[in-house]
Amino acid sequence: MAAAVAARGQGLSVLLLDENPAPGGQVFRALDRRPPKDAQDRRGADLLAAFRASGAEAHQGAVLWAVEDGPRVFWSQNGAAQSASPGRLILAPGATERPLPIPGWTLPGVMSVGAAQIALKTAGLVPEGCVWIAGQGPLMWLYAAQALRQGGRIAGIIDLAPPDAEMRALRHPLGLLRGMDYLARGLAWKAAVKRAGVPVFAATDVAAEGEGRLDAVMFDGRHEAADLLLLHDGVVPNTQVTRAIIGCRHLWDQGQACWKPVLDAWGQTSIPGVLVAGDSGGIGGATAAALSGTLAALEAARQMGRLSAEQRDALATPARLSRARHLAVRPLLDALFPPRPMGAVADATILCRCEEVTAGRVREAVALGCLGANQLKAFTRAGMGACQGRVCGPAVQGAIAAARGVSGAEVEPFRTRFPTKPLTLGELAALAG
Amino acid sequence: MFRRTEPTDCMIEWDGRALPACAGEPLAVALLAAGVTHFRETAVSGTARGPLCLMGACFDCLVQVEGEANVQACMVMVRPGLRAGPQHGVRGL
Repeated sequence: MAAAVAARGQGLSVLLLDENPAPGGQVFRALDRRPPKDAQDRRGADLLAAFRASGAEAHQGAVLWAVEDGPRVFWSQNGAAQSASPGRLILAPGATERPLPIPGWTLPGVMSVGAAQIALKTAGLVPEGCVWIAGQGPLMWLYAAQALRQGGRIAGIIDLAPPDAEMRALRHPLGLLRGMDYLARGLAWKAAVKRAGVPVFAATDVAAEGEGRLDAVMFDGRHEAADLLLLHDGVVPNTQVTRAIIGCRHLWDQGQACWKPVLDAWGQTSIPGVLVAGDSGGIGGATAAALSGTLAALEAARQMGRLSAEQRDALATPARLSRARHLAVRPLLDALFPPRPMGAVADATILCRCEEVTAGRVREAVALGCLGANQLKAFTRAGMGACQGRVCGPAVQGAIAAARGVSGAEVEPFRTRFPTKPLTLGELAALAG
Repeated sequence: MFRRTEPTDCMIEWDGRALPACAGEPLAVALLAAGVTHFRETAVSGTARGPLCLMGACFDCLVQVEGEANVQACMVMVRPGLRAGPQHGVRGL
């Protein structure tokens, strides 16, 4: 939305393709259906109003499935495929939650914290009954605070953050100083959980149990009844589309243990005409994401001859400074919530949910000489199911790296291919019409 | 599991059963609100699954909608009278 507003501000015509029924992505999801609940929602509502007034042509329910040279984009909408050849393409597919593979996490009743937040935002569903939350990271505490404020009940929170988190934080004094507002919000969420009397258990492991659906959670020797377990271990860039673009370079982010596209300061990828904005270029949070959209649009305007480099720089200065400030807290957050080590996942635990491939089978393949995720497909079919590695990608990558005893950078990620979303022949045939 | 904080405004049909829902909310959310967690059985082992991510990534919420197989229930919005049911394993040809 921010990129569309900035591009329209430079007189460019804008076509926005959004898979969701309404604009706003995940953070500002369903803001047209619900009242703003906090300062961030109000910023989102302002952005939504600016977007609606911008004159951008918005296509909701438009599922992008290919990007070709040109660039040329293909998408499906209302059962028919369409294509367009824009002067510049700005991709902003956001983030997905990092998988937290535990025993029993495929049972119905085990979901991600992000999923529960979507249920809260789109339909006002609050947790009720034997609801447990397990994991680590800002979103877990934000959701707990939001759910409690709207009348939800949580049986307990199983905090899987490393016990020395505070000591790790002290090693980032600059991050502590510059990320004060982020830290204050985090502490406020934790305080809200405490005030509501929700017990918090520090634990190292958690497991889900049940026949056909979740019945109980187990952690550090405890056994508790449960009908909903929400898992969270941070978020990773959604690179499903950029990885499918041949020649689009990616790099390994050691701190966040994920791959992300190689971008310049404006979001330009290694492919001419294709830019990336937001968390899909590296996790920075909603505010930084919107600012990166502004920057990418200004650069697109420069590339298309609407702005000189000097004009672009002058217009971009506030967004650049603000974005740098919002990104300053990230090394601290990375240190506070290091992703869970995949080497520690039990052999019997499923990593690839679609093809039901366990961590043990991944390790057997590595023992047989499998070096990376793409070879693993031939060994096990991991990453070849309906989700195409969207969920298991980081887990499989981490498990292979741990089994080989190398850094994640040494293990290639799943290669994705267009169409990156399921496409029916009927939809495809519409292109010929 | 979940409790609604807002009133429903229509009915949908799930596996022959009438369930209350709100027009415009994701079908997967309407099912969860009604206590449904068993959305499908996997093609590999036939075990029960329900949604994980609710944002179109995990494909664990696949259901049948108006006779169409393998539809992501989180990406379909409720309309009054919508008919849906569980996805049993692989779709038929």
